Amino acid sequence: MKYEPVIGMEVHVELSTKSKVFCGCSTNFHAPANSNVCPVCLGMPGVLPVINKRAVEMSVMVGLALNCTISRWSKMDRKNYFYPDLAKNYQISQYDLPLCHDGFIDIKANGTSKRIGITRAHLEEDTARNTHTIGGGDSGVDFNRCGVTLLEIVTEPDIRGAEEAFAYLTELKQLLRYLDVSDCNMEEGSLRAEANISIRPTGTESFGTKTEVKNVASFSGIQKAIEFEIARQAKLIDEGGKVVQETRGWDADRGITFSQRAKESAHDYRYFPDPDLVPIVVDEAWEGRIRESLPELPQARRARFESGYGLSAYDAGVLTAEKEMADYYEAVVKQGCAPKQAANWLSVELQALLTEHKQELTASKVTADRLAAMLKLIEDGTISGKIAKEVLLDMFESGKEPKAIVEEKNLVQISDTSAIESAAREVIAANPGPVAEFRSGKEKTFGFLVGQLMKATKGKANPQMANEVLRKVLKETE
Amino acid sequence: MSNDWYKKTAHEIRDAVRAKKVTALEVTESHLARIEDVDGKVKAFTDVWADAARNQAKAVDARIKNGEDVGVLAGVPIGLKDVFCTKRGTTTCCSKILKGYRSPFDGTAVERLQNAGAVFLGKLNMDEFAMGSSTENSSVQITRNPWNLDCVPGGSSGGSAAAIAADECAITLGSDTGGSIRQPAACVGCVGIKPTYGRISRYGLVAFASSLDQIGPFTKDVEDTAIALNVMCGRDPKDSTSADLAVPDFTKSLKADVSGLRIGLPKEYYTDALNAEMREKIMDAVKVLERQGAKVVEVSLPHTDYAIAVYYIICTAEASANLARFDGVRYGYRAPGVGSTQELYTRTKTDGYGPEVRRRIMLGTYVLSSGYYDAYYLKAQKVRSLIRKDFTDAFEKCDVVLTPTSPTAAFKIGEKSANPLEMYLSDIYTISVNLAGIPGLSMPCGLVASGLPAGIQIMAKPFDEETILRVAYTYEQKRGFEMGTPTAVK
Amino acid sequence: MAKITKADVEYVAGLAQLTLDEATKEKLVGEMGDILAYMDKLNELNTDGIEPTMHVLEMSNVFREDEVQPSLDREAALANAPKTDGEYFLVPKILDTGDE
Repeated sequence: MKYEPVIGMEVHVELSTKSKVFCGCSTNFHAPANSNVCPVCLGMPGVLPVINKRAVEMSVMVGLALNCTISRWSKMDRKNYFYPDLAKNYQISQYDLPLCHDGFIDIKANGTSKRIGITRAHLEEDTARNTHTIGGGDSGVDFNRCGVTLLEIVTEPDIRGAEEAFAYLTELKQLLRYLDVSDCNMEEGSLRAEANISIRPTGTESFGTKTEVKNVASFSGIQKAIEFEIARQAKLIDEGGKVVQETRGWDADRGITFSQRAKESAHDYRYFPDPDLVPIVVDEAWEGRIRESLPELPQARRARFESGYGLSAYDAGVLTAEKEMADYYEAVVKQGCAPKQAANWLSVELQALLTEHKQELTASKVTADRLAAMLKLIEDGTISGKIAKEVLLDMFESGKEPKAIVEEKNLVQISDTSAIESAAREVIAANPGPVAEFRSGKEKTFGFLVGQLMKATKGKANPQMANEVLRKVLKETE
Repeated sequence: MSNDWYKKTAHEIRDAVRAKKVTALEVTESHLARIEDVDGKVKAFTDVWADAARNQAKAVDARIKNGEDVGVLAGVPIGLKDVFCTKRGTTTCCSKILKGYRSPFDGTAVERLQNAGAVFLGKLNMDEFAMGSSTENSSVQITRNPWNLDCVPGGSSGGSAAAIAADECAITLGSDTGGSIRQPAACVGCVGIKPTYGRISRYGLVAFASSLDQIGPFTKDVEDTAIALNVMCGRDPKDSTSADLAVPDFTKSLKADVSGLRIGLPKEYYTDALNAEMREKIMDAVKVLERQGAKVVEVSLPHTDYAIAVYYIICTAEASANLARFDGVRYGYRAPGVGSTQELYTRTKTDGYGPEVRRRIMLGTYVLSSGYYDAYYLKAQKVRSLIRKDFTDAFEKCDVVLTPTSPTAAFKIGEKSANPLEMYLSDIYTISVNLAGIPGLSMPCGLVASGLPAGIQIMAKPFDEETILRVAYTYEQKRGFEMGTPTAVK
Repeated sequence: MAKITKADVEYVAGLAQLTLDEATKEKLVGEMGDILAYMDKLNELNTDGIEPTMHVLEMSNVFREDEVQPSLDREAALANAPKTDGEYFLVPKILDTGDE
């Protein structure tokens, strides 16, 4: 039978507040175990939580960027369950009144645009980390992460395949990076995605039994896990079996999902409003101030790059994929460089060097100012495009100013007609055979002769002038 | 002379210490000697910090010698219910599950008392996690009523109340979730106040039911109550529910003047269920105030009958979450030889809690569980709104509401332990105050025939502790008798 | 009819992480049953349209600024731990993955 997958995503993202959501402990990821902890996040007796205002603001920023309605009145609830990574054995979360709800995000998958509904985004606290490798048969618990600001973003079951899921995550991550509210580092766990997957015969409306795939370390891993899970469920049903509602992990090495535990239907979290925390009221004025503080978001920037700089949709997409890249690009263009040329040099030439050397753009010695200075040297004819590649490589390695490199290596383009002319005469004299061929009508040989001329000038001759001068001298000496 | 400083009030001690008529150390020694004498009988203290108290007293004396302003509790010996987090000693809530637990911080109220020059004598007995009305639920010991050692001192702050009545401390600190300050204060014949919810920071108070818990002092007289409130009240950024309101100088309310003041007597409290002797004592007190110019009006609190049901749903639900953290992972008791995390939890909790705490966790878990939330918890929160409205309406007609604190005087040890529901019903007069979040004070209004104290409760609008103190002070000045030293510790 | 059954008591004990012996279970069936029956009193009241009281104080938006405050020294954090290796709180090996 033909099946249609029905997928909803739950993404937990650690918001980059400096301190934890309910106490003043640092959120630094790299601290030694149990050193960013205090009585509050350790759930010691007698402590009380106090909400970090920035955590609320960041959550609202995300909600607005996801086109959500911001709750005028929301509250924090206690979610009760026992686990060693939970200091209080309840998690402070939001149950029926999340900060943000009913939004959407537009994604592009399979060449078309699609709208994914956002059910809700709610504020909560992260849990501790369990280490399973302590000797003596024990597990160790590190509470540094316990209480870090967490936003859970839940989609509607609108996603119809692994590729859409990948596109959703990519788009969401891009948005979060643009908002500068999270570093979205999956390896460090600051972004964790889970997929609820079910399938149903194509053309039907009711939902099948879903499985929840979690603990996947990358977007491509999630894509593969979803593909696997869809196939697994289809095969199971085709063979007369039934999908069991459960949590499944992803074994990246074997490329399979595996059962982690049956989802107890007895998960009875006994949510109730946390009496230690008072309601959060985001009035129109506050929401307005947060809205005004929002940076330009990826889709708007993409559109502006296309219309404002005359870039192709493809180039605009490449340049806005990362906020850092887009900012860099605009810094270059702002110095008066031709937008199209700047786009090429950044997204093709410089990007190739970055990829080759596994370097981040922001860490590169080729700053926006330097790239702009180099582009100007091309534009005013000081160097040719070919020479510029050499200059770029030098800049990339040495961090020198392009002008200094050009002078140091004597790379200034020869635009002096008489110098090119004398070089042309020498080339003609030294290549009687090819010259004769050209004169007998073999136009192709002209390219060879230009090459010889460039070689004679060590590549520094202005290419356009070289063409013109060579033709002129060939004619004169005929 | 120095040996009877233990009999004095906090303001008498403070004035004498500041005037250098006595040293803080002499006062402390006097109280330590008194504890030595009587606590074997009363068993109010679970931990006496003799050496630390002496050092603290010496530090106060040194500062006075240097001419420094030591604060309004200079050299005043204070005892703390074992529900308060203190860096000194242990903080156990008299539960096996927290045995040996040492808090890394001092709570806000404790810190403020210390900054005002107080000397801490140690920790006081309580019902385990403040769950109880008799202090019989302590895992440590049973505290006795100084008026009759066969009787309970009330609870859950029974140790704090008994320590005041037996002159072991000048001030003690308690916590009140459903009457845990006022009821024991009535049982032992001292002054105890539960301030408005939000008046005193709960930071450092081990939570029982967070929406109901408040900290308050036990004192020998009303003036000491005003002084203790002055020190402890006020906004604390560590407690989101602490009120951001200016705190008046409560000692300015100590005026023997109630002329024109309207005293509300709620008809629902003066029913046949009220012991006749107790009613007589209350009415005597009302007459004293009437003679001072107060007017009596009848008021109605129509939802009084539902308060106990509401209270035991809300407090057990909140407690079931608040106590979940005691799991043997980060601190406290861990059952020996556990092989899995599951076993770690179940064995630690099952061994670690006493029967009343277990029962309340079970009830609270049940009322929050899937399918019952609306029927119990949500329903209770709605009826709580009705109870609050009763008080709002009543305070349109009167300035204070006056009731008995407890339907009977202190009962015998063991008398009510067999039937938990009966024990719960004895909280009838105190719990509405917590549900409404209003302030309530209990003070003695004489002895009943059995020789045990009777208590009168004074309630007012939220944040109107001033009127309560004025009424209490007037009654104290004009009632025409002294409670005297309890018979069993004379 | 009993307000609560032994199965209810067992279910709730599971949620609360308590293991109760048979005698305690039986006792709780009775005690909790009585108390819950008493609580049914609330059903006498019509509470349609009544807002629940979550807080007696009408407060909202109590926040702290996003500022890092000193944490505990690790030694102090672990000082009360029933079992520790000096770096971690130790618990019996965690088998399932309960990440929420």
